[in-house]
Amino acid sequence: MGNVQNTPHRADVGVVDSSVQHAAHAHAAPTGFIRKYIFSLDHKVIGLQYYFLALASVFTGLILSVLMRIHLVWPEWAIPGIGIIKDEQYLGLLTLHGTFMVFFVLTTAPQSGFGNYFLPIQIGAADMAFPVLNMLSFWTTFAAFIVMLGAFFTVMPIAGWTSYPTLSALPNAGSLPWGQDLWLLSIALFCAASLMGALNFITTTLDLRCKGMSLWRMPLTCWTWFVTAILGLLAFGVLLSGGLLLLLDRNAGTSFFVPGGLVVNGVQQRHEGGSPLLWQHLFWFFGHPEVYIAILPGMGVASQLLSTFSRKPIFGYRAMVFAVMAIGLLGFMVWGHHMFMSGMSPYTAFAFSLMTMAIGVPSAIKTFNWLGTMWRGKIRFYTPMLFAIGFVSLFVSGGLSGPFLAQPTLDIPLHDTFFVVAHFHLIMGVAAIFGIFAATYYWFPKMFGRMMSESLGRLHFWFTFVGTYAIFMPMHYEGMAGRPRRYGSMVVAGGLFNRLAALMPLEKFISIAAFVTAAAQLIFVINLFWSMKKGEKAPVNPWEATTLEWTIPSPPPHDNFAGNTPVVNHGPYEYSVPGVERDYVMQTDPASVHAH
Amino acid sequence: MADAVVVHPGAEAYEPSWFRTYSKKIGMWLFLLSDSLTFGALLFAYSYNRLSTPGWPTPFHVESIRNASIMTGFLLTSSLTMVLAVLASSRGDRAWTRNWLLATMAFGAGFVLLHAAEWNKLIGEGLRWPLFQTLFDLQPGTNPEYVAATRNFPQFGGTFFALTGMHMLHVTIGIIYLGAVALRKMWLPILGVLAILCWWAPGPFHYGFYVLLFGLAICAIVLLLKPMDYTDHDIEVSGLYWHFVDLVWMFIFPLVYLMSTRISS
Repeated sequence: MGNVQNTPHRADVGVVDSSVQHAAHAHAAPTGFIRKYIFSLDHKVIGLQYYFLALASVFTGLILSVLMRIHLVWPEWAIPGIGIIKDEQYLGLLTLHGTFMVFFVLTTAPQSGFGNYFLPIQIGAADMAFPVLNMLSFWTTFAAFIVMLGAFFTVMPIAGWTSYPTLSALPNAGSLPWGQDLWLLSIALFCAASLMGALNFITTTLDLRCKGMSLWRMPLTCWTWFVTAILGLLAFGVLLSGGLLLLLDRNAGTSFFVPGGLVVNGVQQRHEGGSPLLWQHLFWFFGHPEVYIAILPGMGVASQLLSTFSRKPIFGYRAMVFAVMAIGLLGFMVWGHHMFMSGMSPYTAFAFSLMTMAIGVPSAIKTFNWLGTMWRGKIRFYTPMLFAIGFVSLFVSGGLSGPFLAQPTLDIPLHDTFFVVAHFHLIMGVAAIFGIFAATYYWFPKMFGRMMSESLGRLHFWFTFVGTYAIFMPMHYEGMAGRPRRYGSMVVAGGLFNRLAALMPLEKFISIAAFVTAAAQLIFVINLFWSMKKGEKAPVNPWEATTLEWTIPSPPPHDNFAGNTPVVNHGPYEYSVPGVERDYVMQTDPASVHAH
Repeated sequence: MADAVVVHPGAEAYEPSWFRTYSKKIGMWLFLLSDSLTFGALLFAYSYNRLSTPGWPTPFHVESIRNASIMTGFLLTSSLTMVLAVLASSRGDRAWTRNWLLATMAFGAGFVLLHAAEWNKLIGEGLRWPLFQTLFDLQPGTNPEYVAATRNFPQFGGTFFALTGMHMLHVTIGIIYLGAVALRKMWLPILGVLAILCWWAPGPFHYGFYVLLFGLAICAIVLLLKPMDYTDHDIEVSGLYWHFVDLVWMFIFPLVYLMSTRISS
């Protein structure tokens, strides 16, 4: 304490400091099983831990969605071990499907999983800036996951992934004594974990770029992880506050979100004076940036892959970066468009509507640049490229309904229908999942040292791609026909839904498409685990890509670059450079490699 | 890669650092940015409730403001001693670094104790959450103003205890943090004793036992997992946190206390 030091700037960074800090981490790779695979400080192991956590969550969420589709069309079916799904259980399935998918898959896999694994490598660092914090972040996320599973197996919360009060705030509403408390506890833990992860990502990007890796030479994946981390840093703190207040409403008898005069199950509530709108503001101030947290890393991956497999530089690199920044910035100004239905001043609604439509501009820039990247490229249609193109396709298809929903007049009739379900599943749900798939197929050789099967990959792609459209395209039509969302089966509901009986064949079609698509994911799992053991050995640079991770062995050694921090001389997307013999220039190639 | 021995490159292997500073400091600034949004959301909730509630009560009088002003003085003084600790550490004076850190902790603890006494008084007089009734088996409040505020404006007590409670939690975490930096492993038994003392604390501060126990667990993990000498950088980073917590109080004091005062009557 207190000793004067004239240390270099980053003497305090764990990975740079070879002194007493991180003694176990800094000097030799850990050899014990627990330090190597369980409580590891290695960003690569932590990235894989996140990835497999997301994999477990995505299959939980997938099974939940299959159960939902069964209930919607064949509500009389008795599911082994569950029995006949009741309408209220449907709401529980819906809540946990949304929660698992949004928090533990879309937030976890692309950012915490792949970001953890590849951000340090792509910028030429030996590890993240704060390895211990990184480990704590994962284990806090894991604790959040366990608590959420607890809610799943005991009393399912039924208030949706948005947990709107008053349903979520009153312990005696519905059948949810403490499932909702577990939900809130889990989300609070998740907020803390995301905060730790976010500040680690930002500091790493700012401080640990190797010589020559200026910001404008970072791969677009790094840019999107960086901006996503900023969004996470600013958004999750607000959700944490909202969650704490909601916990108080449930357990301390306060009334932040509960208005007076409510009678629930025949009992007059003691709450008074609160406002459910306050929760909606706090939640969506987090919730809207959250959808960009889910999709931005996918955009980075798509950019990276489209350039690599088209053998062309990314079209408009700087425009892409500025578009990502603009999307991140605008993302904080549009939360009100989730609340048009809740009632707001027309002037406020107008402002939110205008801002929302403004997001169409950077989104269109990105789409245009992706198409421009592929235009006249020598495209190599490997599986990761198929998924990257699929990402663009889904992003466009889902995005086009965005400007419609951004108008309050159109949003009010459409908001509580399947139209919105279709919109957000295409653009942030499945598009982000396609980003995860693309990243998996692309980086699997680096992560596990073996290639994935191309034929199984293609099969998986076509089933998933066609299946996704078969599921979600008809939902637009259903929504416009008036099919409300968040409702259990229309078959038994009778009266209210009789006018929608004509939609039943379509509902059946969607369910069957969903079952087939869900089953097709087994192809992916088989491919993943089979290739880990039996896949063809991967070379150092199987895709002939240019970024730093393709200069080191597959899988990378414990300290990534074996102590030789790389020196970068080139941008990340120098493909088909005129006058160069190979059709790509590695970022680490000597500066003289350019003929001109 | 069991044979991989990490040879760490020096700072010269990297691009120049942003903000010309070290990573821990950037990390702390980022945390404070996020935490300011957490507090910002709470202050937003408070303002939202206050603006949407006509006839917001103003039950604080001279003695409340006097007490809160003394608390504010404690916090401001602790910021001064924190600055002195950072100065001492930057000139390498280990003894005075520790002394000033301990002084900072003492002023922080004084703040928390005064706050605790105030909470107890308010709860006894009738400003409550419904939960307190079941937790503490309370008598009816003695001050009709607070009783009326609790009955007619539940948002008043709700926001008061939520905001000041969150801030008090932050000050407590700050004291635990500074203790770990100043005393390192010596801090663990002291923290244990403090936690046990809390067990007999009156009113809601009995629950401080769990806060301190949790802090003890975290401190133990960090101090035992990373036994290290804290440098002047670590002192500066802990100072950032401490000043931030002070700054938050500078929003809470006028918004929650001064604006809910009625001096004349």
